[in-house]
Amino acid sequence: MTAHQPELRAEGLRLAYPGRIVVEDLDLELPTGRITAIVGANACGKSTLLRALARLMPPAAGCVRLDGEAIHTLPTRQVARQVGILPQSPVTPAGLTVVDLVSRGRSPHQSWWQQWSAADEAAVSAALAATGMTDLAHRPVDELSGGQRQRAWIAMAVAQETPVLLLDEPTTFLDLSHQIDVLDLVVDLNRRDGRTVVMVLHDLNQAGRYADHLVALKAGRIAAQGGPAAVITPEVVADVFDVDCQVTVDPVSGTPLIIPGGRHHLLGASAEE
Amino acid sequence: MTRRDTEPTTHDAAPADRNATPTDRAATPTARAGTPPGRGPALRAGAFRMSALPISGVVPPRTVAVCLALIVATFGVLCVSLALGDYPVSLPDVLSALVGGDNGGSAFIVRELRLPRALTGLLVGAAFAVSGAIFQTITRNPLASPDMIGINAGATTAVVGGIVLGVGSGAWLGVLGALATAALIYLLAWRRGASGYRIVLVGIGVAWMCTSATDYLLTHAKLHEAQEAFGWLVGSINGRGWETVGPLALAVGLLLPLVLLLTLWSRTLALGDDVARGLGTPVQRARFGLLLAGVGLVAFATAAAGPVLFVALAAPQVAQRLAGQATPPPATSALTGAFMVLVSDLLARYLIPDADLPVGVVTGALGAAFLLWLLARANRAGAGG
Repeated sequence: MTAHQPELRAEGLRLAYPGRIVVEDLDLELPTGRITAIVGANACGKSTLLRALARLMPPAAGCVRLDGEAIHTLPTRQVARQVGILPQSPVTPAGLTVVDLVSRGRSPHQSWWQQWSAADEAAVSAALAATGMTDLAHRPVDELSGGQRQRAWIAMAVAQETPVLLLDEPTTFLDLSHQIDVLDLVVDLNRRDGRTVVMVLHDLNQAGRYADHLVALKAGRIAAQGGPAAVITPEVVADVFDVDCQVTVDPVSGTPLIIPGGRHHLLGASAEE
Repeated sequence: MTRRDTEPTTHDAAPADRNATPTDRAATPTARAGTPPGRGPALRAGAFRMSALPISGVVPPRTVAVCLALIVATFGVLCVSLALGDYPVSLPDVLSALVGGDNGGSAFIVRELRLPRALTGLLVGAAFAVSGAIFQTITRNPLASPDMIGINAGATTAVVGGIVLGVGSGAWLGVLGALATAALIYLLAWRRGASGYRIVLVGIGVAWMCTSATDYLLTHAKLHEAQEAFGWLVGSINGRGWETVGPLALAVGLLLPLVLLLTLWSRTLALGDDVARGLGTPVQRARFGLLLAGVGLVAFATAAAGPVLFVALAAPQVAQRLAGQATPPPATSALTGAFMVLVSDLLARYLIPDADLPVGVVTGALGAAFLLWLLARANRAGAGG
């Protein structure tokens, strides 16, 4: 892993699809070497923002800067050695083995005459080991369970050996044990190598437990950001998710835990309501 | 050599995720270093690394074995194809003619009459197959081969139009037709963030439009024009001479190495646009370059032999299964395509005596059966597009 930790930030960012502005005038600095979770209601622009941070989507105005340089003007291979992105539920070609998939994560470091260097092999076997996929390396990805498949894709992003790693809803479609699995793995990657991790998460409680820094988006603007305790408050949750909730302390991790309200099953309310 | 699919441990590991998860998970964070490179079983079979030069790569042993077998088989069929005919030539005479020996009439028959036709078949098969491999890889859809999405049909329309409207009857019209059709499909489907599925749908529409246009042109054709045009409706290599082989060999000789050089990009494109871009692949440029090479191959092959049906669809899929890969490997596809066309040509010549069938009839019949099998299989796996 490179010693240099690049700095990723957005300035005056506007992101738009034809006829629809998704993110407007957004300034964001992502803490280097920490885990940031982007949270918000559906269609608030979380994934769009992550795609823009990974230079997959060109901004309509403003820019994303990697170490001060506009990321969209940098050579894409150069960016790929600094920033890795795992899009939401990527599709694997049928029959592709885990090791073949993970090896493709090395392509920003390869050339046509150098396609399997000692560094490539070391990075791929380390990525397989870190994700617990070594024993499954020669199995086709499409025959694995959902959790194993997600770990295989994360292994590909890990093998890319980028100091910044962007993950779009890495826990989607996973059962509870595999969600915890993947999030623990993300913390490992952050703690061991000091990687900056930015991930879009659906579950506020998981975000509060696993992230150092939270960014709450509402309709393409930042409604709140900061440490878990600063962002996970009844006021912010009511503003961002339009849900009444109580915030208590997670008895396992000591981080904030939200308990949403609702219209039914409330103590003290009659059954007819 | 170890074959990659013979590791005994891999199958036992299958249920580990479901049943033995606690130990499995507990092991995950502590397993830090991984196997040190150079020790234990190779991570990827067929990996090589030069110690003196910064050159390394992975050549899967199974792909190498399949390619060698295909080279031998193709050469065998080529020799048989050169030996058979109205004046049978013995195999030793064929071989001696091929290496430049001069034993009278048989050398002339082999070199001047039969070899150009056989080489046209070989090159056309390779060109269609590689083109199909490109399209199938970057659209991630086995149905998106150039003969399915209308590029061959466009070339045919242009050639038939040239004959019937009296513009001229040249192979260059086929090249122009293929390029124009590809540009049309690119504009209609690709520019707006195309999925493989969308390209197939747009392509099939374009293919039918071209077929209709060809049919319309044929209704206006005079008898001799219709006869001339017929050779272009179904691919044929009958009576091709060295003047056909020349440009085709040049096109294949230039474009095939280009495609092989671009495999580094097609490997990431096969994972989807976002992943490929994230891995530093210049997606638009890579795809445009690969498409241009693919369309160029189809254009020159169609100009030489007409649309030899289903080779572009079937050969890459057969090659992929033979080599045990997830996407069609270009070199294996080229050899498979060459072999398919040569065998089909032999069948076309001797299946129905005295009929002199165009090779496209045989590849069409065999390919259609293959397509049905592919569709049935895709349907069962729930992954048609």
